[in-house]
Amino acid sequence: MARLDAAFSALADPTRRAILARLALGETTVMELAEPFDMTQPAISRHLKVLEGAGLIVRRIEGTKRPCRLAPSAITEIDQWLGMLRQALATNYDRLDDVLAGMQPKKRKAKR
Amino acid sequence: MSKLTLKTEGDRHVVVTRRFAAPPEAVYRAHTEPKLIQRWMLGPDGWTMPVCINDARPGGTFRYEWTDGKGGGFQITGEFLELEPFSRIVHVERMHLPDPTPENHIETRFDPDGSGTLMTMRMTLPDAATRAAMLATGMEHGMEASYARLEAMN
Repeated sequence: MARLDAAFSALADPTRRAILARLALGETTVMELAEPFDMTQPAISRHLKVLEGAGLIVRRIEGTKRPCRLAPSAITEIDQWLGMLRQALATNYDRLDDVLAGMQPKKRKAKR
Repeated sequence: MSKLTLKTEGDRHVVVTRRFAAPPEAVYRAHTEPKLIQRWMLGPDGWTMPVCINDARPGGTFRYEWTDGKGGGFQITGEFLELEPFSRIVHVERMHLPDPTPENHIETRFDPDGSGTLMTMRMTLPDAATRAAMLATGMEHGMEASYARLEAMN
């Protein structure tokens, strides 16, 4: 359960979620990661250490670089994010169905 | 009901489709008139949209603000680029977190589908990394709800 707690707090940070989302596109170096996030490499490295400790990413050594990629458990998390966005939109549009149902006064008058 | 589809397309797009039982005019109005928008564009249960200001004409701006009633909130501002009543809206928007995110360019089409409407919303982000970050940020609401549930279990 320690692992679950670590993953939980690692994912509580929006920057780390964004890093994971970026890694969903493929293996990346720290330098490539730092660029779109407008953060220094040491700052990114700290986030990566947390993600690695939580088992969400894995890193390998390639000369002086340590490229990182998503661990399989993180891929499941990202699928869940897409699922949650779908859920949020679905909730909105179900509400819109109700709004639309009450929006056709002309038709109702004509029937009376 | 599986009326909604949501998928990524290429590196920079997200495409959402949904069918509605009402004609395009009604669906279009529900996307442009603040009094109607405030009744449905709310996100998770418990959230409200106290600020819904828009000037729905080409070049007009809009500002939408949500609150969870417990100090949590969320804002989007944007500009309308094209409006073709009642078939098409093109706008750009950004989230404020509180710094503005890169712009999301969104084309929303309302096409007649039998007696109803097929809505197609096509988002275009500046690049793949921004799209990934947006998808992650868009989950915040849902993530928070999940965390609250997990905390309640502990």
